[in-house]
Amino acid sequence: MSASRSPDPSLKGEPRRLAGAPSPADSRVRVSLELGGGGRLMREFLKKHILSSFRSPLLRDLPDAAHVRRTTALTTDGYVVDPVFFPGGDIGMLCVNGTVNDLVVSGAAPEFLSVSMILEEGLPEEDLKKILASIARASSRAGVQVVTGDTKVVRRGQADKLYIVTSGVGRVVARAEPRRIRPGDAVIVTGTLGEHSLAVLLARGDFSLKSSVKSDCAPLVFLLPLWKQGVLWMRDITRGGLATNLHELAERLPHSVLIDEERIPLSRPVRGACELLGIDPLYLACEGRAVLIVSRSRAGAVLNALRRHPLGRKAAIVGRVEKKTGRPGALLLATLAGGLRKLEPLTSELLPRIC
Amino acid sequence: MKEFRDRKVIAGLLRTIGRQARQAGPPVRLMEVCGTHTMAIHRYGLHALLLEAGVEMTSGPGCPVCITPDSHHRAAIGLVSRRENLVLATFGDITRVPTRDGSLQTAIPAPRSRVQVVYSPQDALETARRNRDMDVVFFGAGFETTIPSIALAVKQAAAEGLKNFSLLSALWLIPPPLRALLESREVRIQGFLYPGHVSAVIGCRAYDFVAEEFGLPGAVAGFEPADILLAAASVLEQMIRRSPGVENEYKRVVREDGNPRALALMNEVLEVTDAVWRGLGLIPRSGLKLRARFADFDALKKFGLKIEPAADELPGCRCGEVLRGVIKPTDCLLFGGACSPDSPRGPCMVSPEGACLVYHRFAKS
Amino acid sequence: MCLGIPAKIISLDENGQGEVDYLGTRVKTNLAFIENARPGDWVILHAGFAISRLDEDEARETLALLRELADAQDS
Repeated sequence: MSASRSPDPSLKGEPRRLAGAPSPADSRVRVSLELGGGGRLMREFLKKHILSSFRSPLLRDLPDAAHVRRTTALTTDGYVVDPVFFPGGDIGMLCVNGTVNDLVVSGAAPEFLSVSMILEEGLPEEDLKKILASIARASSRAGVQVVTGDTKVVRRGQADKLYIVTSGVGRVVARAEPRRIRPGDAVIVTGTLGEHSLAVLLARGDFSLKSSVKSDCAPLVFLLPLWKQGVLWMRDITRGGLATNLHELAERLPHSVLIDEERIPLSRPVRGACELLGIDPLYLACEGRAVLIVSRSRAGAVLNALRRHPLGRKAAIVGRVEKKTGRPGALLLATLAGGLRKLEPLTSELLPRIC
Repeated sequence: MKEFRDRKVIAGLLRTIGRQARQAGPPVRLMEVCGTHTMAIHRYGLHALLLEAGVEMTSGPGCPVCITPDSHHRAAIGLVSRRENLVLATFGDITRVPTRDGSLQTAIPAPRSRVQVVYSPQDALETARRNRDMDVVFFGAGFETTIPSIALAVKQAAAEGLKNFSLLSALWLIPPPLRALLESREVRIQGFLYPGHVSAVIGCRAYDFVAEEFGLPGAVAGFEPADILLAAASVLEQMIRRSPGVENEYKRVVREDGNPRALALMNEVLEVTDAVWRGLGLIPRSGLKLRARFADFDALKKFGLKIEPAADELPGCRCGEVLRGVIKPTDCLLFGGACSPDSPRGPCMVSPEGACLVYHRFAKS
Repeated sequence: MCLGIPAKIISLDENGQGEVDYLGTRVKTNLAFIENARPGDWVILHAGFAISRLDEDEARETLALLRELADAQDS
């Protein structure tokens, strides 16, 4: 259940950003927080500004990772998570896994990273050391090397502790094949949803809530072999949550996709915190979970393979591609009560600076 | 407690309701007056399932942010954009309600002023404690579920001598608009689902007049799918037996006489007043204001503000009719096009308890 | 504004401030409106306040009714 109190942590006395309205001092339209949300406004922004500015055919589908020269994959991401340290991880762990995961779900084995840091003057050296150690640990765990990078320092107040931009290069091992998706194919999530978002949100201390939730930040490298075992499409479940990410696929299919609300794996603390805060877990970002479309005959085997891995123990088949229910391109939810409704993608920012 | 969402239970209840509706004469039109009911009914897909069973659920004025007129929002916007050193603390959805002066979210605060989203009135009090040199105005909109906590915040502020704290209030009572709707005879309603948590505070007797004066049945309902269906079945049963009354179908939470402590506190701090509702106009004795001895904490008095009720909505917006149950959100020409969650034209598309946003989010397939 | 969640009181002080537990999440809650509130009691939580007690006997009765309905569906 959603409450009428979805708090907007952006309104904490930060410099005002006008959501698309001109300021009285000048009549220019300005960037709003919603643009970074991963929702519809961001997608429109990408179409309007990015595609019109950069003409490479590789960019046309706005991939998270570009496959260049057929064998190499390239990706990049900015990390502005607030707070920098949160239960279960920190920005260092995040900047490695986020980029590694973008490569994995595009069909590439991650190999090399560049790490570019923008540090706020006054950041304690202690914190920086912890974060660098996290980056090192996460890289080692994911099997990648940090081979280049950059460091800049800006004046106190011109950045919030630190921002990191990571680029990753990997070796293409497979390609998503959305055209081969057929009715009956399974929708599988690799684990419980929403833990990262909630851990970060609660760590901000805006609510008088205490929970054991820890970020699910983890590398998805263990999914790579599954590309050859019946997986047709993969997406890491980041901004916008399962609903938004799956919707992007669904709207391109000549079928509908049906998810069963009862089958969505949620940990007890996440279930509780979501009900308390009035947040729908289907829209919460994770940082170590993926949604897969697996061809029907291989779904059982893929599920077993996932569950054998420590990071996939709670993997579950949550739905399937449908022919007889709903219209092509729709993402549907079979509700707990036995009803049926459409799942819309996230339109505006639910939780800013979650990754 | 998962039985309340069990598919077999729900199927069983729907079968009963189907039989009852056929006897009573379908379609039976029932109204709920609680945004959380609107949300639950659509989120669980119950609206369509009930329609199949012969019961049409209508949404009434159950969303406190929605029925607060623009004048209040504009007063808040005026405060934060013209007074320096002021924190305007309020609930998240209130900041996005669009008015002719923009919204709180897009307002440009005066020097050293800001809008702060809070989760409860207690958060606003805490802000006042920590920032004694700033004015902290809590803009609170709510029905009887929320009103006690707002009243308590004011009482605590008075006890602590927190002179920098004040309340800009939009406090609404649920029973009076029911009378106004029934007297206007604008919508054909055959029974009511009464709001479960408002009733936990005010009890069940507050609705007796609906049965006694207007002859309509009603049931106090909880918020799980089974709760809503049990209540609908109870109302239908009353219809078939031609014995309208007020049945309590949320006994695990609602006592007949409500919550005496909460009511006593409300009475101590607040008094009933006439109020102008969006869409429903002036309803006598339908709102609450601070009693004279708490005048120091009344933002209107403190800052010399006047709430001027005026023609409210942005052009084309039909929130008022949605709130009266005269039209469904989908009947509004702006719905889904010019008015959407991204660019709302009225509060019903902003508040998670607003009927328009509920319809938009939980669109039937 | 009706969102209310059943939660169990974990602790409270003499000022009516306490903590409740909902599925493992702890929430600071004001218990001023609950008479004779005690740890272990169940209440309905609404935006940081307990607005009503959850009556366990009534809950059990309703649950029993619902279970009957579920069983009737099977037959």
